[in-house]
Amino acid sequence: MTTKPEPVQIAQLLAEFEEKINAEIKIEPSDWMPDAYRQHLIRQISQHAHSEVIGMQPEGNWISRAPSLRSKKILLAKIQDEGGHGLYLYSAAETLGVSREQYIEWLHQGKAKYASVFNYPALNWADIGAIGWLVDGAAIVNQVSLQRTSYGPYSRAMVRICKEESFHQRQGYEIMWRMMQGTKDQQMMAQDAIDRWWWPALMMFGPHDSDSPRTSNAMRWKIKRETNDVLREKFINKTVPQAELIGLKIPDPNLKKISDEHYAHGDINWEEFNQVINGNGPCNQERLEHHIRAHREGEWVREAAFHSDLRKQ
Amino acid sequence: MNTTLKYYLQIADNALILSHRLAENTSKGPFLEEDLAGANVALDLIGLAEAVYTEAAKMENQGQTADDLVYRREEKEFLNCLLSEQPNRDFAHLVTRQFLLDAFNYSYFIALTESKDPFLSAIAFKSLKEVTYHLRRSSEWMIRLGTGTEESKHRIQIAINTLWKFTPELFEESDADKAMLANGCGVNLSDIQQQWDQKVNEILFLGHLDIPKNKFSVRGGKEGIHTEHLGHLLAEMQFLPGKYPDAVW
Repeated sequence: MTTKPEPVQIAQLLAEFEEKINAEIKIEPSDWMPDAYRQHLIRQISQHAHSEVIGMQPEGNWISRAPSLRSKKILLAKIQDEGGHGLYLYSAAETLGVSREQYIEWLHQGKAKYASVFNYPALNWADIGAIGWLVDGAAIVNQVSLQRTSYGPYSRAMVRICKEESFHQRQGYEIMWRMMQGTKDQQMMAQDAIDRWWWPALMMFGPHDSDSPRTSNAMRWKIKRETNDVLREKFINKTVPQAELIGLKIPDPNLKKISDEHYAHGDINWEEFNQVINGNGPCNQERLEHHIRAHREGEWVREAAFHSDLRKQ
Repeated sequence: MNTTLKYYLQIADNALILSHRLAENTSKGPFLEEDLAGANVALDLIGLAEAVYTEAAKMENQGQTADDLVYRREEKEFLNCLLSEQPNRDFAHLVTRQFLLDAFNYSYFIALTESKDPFLSAIAFKSLKEVTYHLRRSSEWMIRLGTGTEESKHRIQIAINTLWKFTPELFEESDADKAMLANGCGVNLSDIQQQWDQKVNEILFLGHLDIPKNKFSVRGGKEGIHTEHLGHLLAEMQFLPGKYPDAVW
């Protein structure tokens, strides 16, 4: 039986915890941690896991229409990777004392969120390129930084995930490149895709630092290593030259080059961001309904697996 | 069409269409691990299909590619058996379709390793490792669902009963099957049927499931006469190359 620590002990435990954080020593599941730290991780890692799993849907929308054997194989392998990332992350999140079933229930109840970018539709084949290049590209910028996060299981999951995400980003860019080398129709599809995905990708980094309520604690405890705005700038500086190289136009009339490798961007539509996060995006309902339906339809299978002769052996 | 090409297309079309059906189920599995496993099998099958189409495309010396064979043939030119194109009605149908075809592929590819055609022998060797795993996995699911709950037993038995009529076609010899067997490159489907019967009996016994008594065969796939499902599958799969014939993807 565990006993609740006295306030004096808590102060001591907190000091030891912060000492570890300052010394860049990873916090492990069996270590004491402040409740707010645990709650922040529960929210962040599960949101990340849900994002990987819900993210399988917009790309899944094109598996049956992939236009070549090669592209079909790559897309299927990529979506499979995303599911695998979901598994690593659910496992990391479970070390915080909450089961995967509970996390899924919170998702279905609307108590847990996933990356809002997946509430946008994948409308043409170039969207598969744009998702890989821009959405995975934005995710990598964030995830590279999260490899140094202070919670051990999350950090280790990120190291594995980053290796695969960089492949995803390259395959997405390759699709865009091919389409820009192709027919007029293909070029129009590619431009249409970047027009629709550019701003949602920028929104993936979250609100400006001045409006981000959870950033300060997360930075102090080194859960988060760089702020939303810093990460967003890195992404823009990396991506704009890639777009220009293949002849795509960034859909931001106010984008300006301010030095060799730095750009200033136009205003982000935060009203749209808030609306989509709060359930009013084009696909919020479909994404959640799809997940709930698959989960419900699978219930009899999970029950059978639990009761079968094979499990009793 | 020469019989060798037709034989190659039978193998590749079966793998492609079954892979497509499995891929359709991505993100719809009963749990995440199963989604990943299903995608894995789909990837193995599409790899097999691509290798065989690539070889088949060279046969007519008309600059065709594997993609041409996938995306630019008509429904009646597809030679897959009817079982592989049956839709994902529920997880029980998906697993049963997979098991019945895995059991066929396992014995078929073992026999094909003896083919005098060096490509077919090599691809059979390569595929056998994957197909062995596929069969183990789908056999376990048959037993798991057969011995799980009342509901799972009921559903899996319905799936067996529904799909059974498409199984005799697997063992019917097409012209290509006969010609390739005669020249030492093909497989004796009567032998495969015996091994298949044995495996299916064994697994259904372990799963406390009944073998349907009705022997009626719904057939035609090997001659390009399909169920209504294939047309829809192809309309979706071939949509982009069909609409933009000059585009390279």
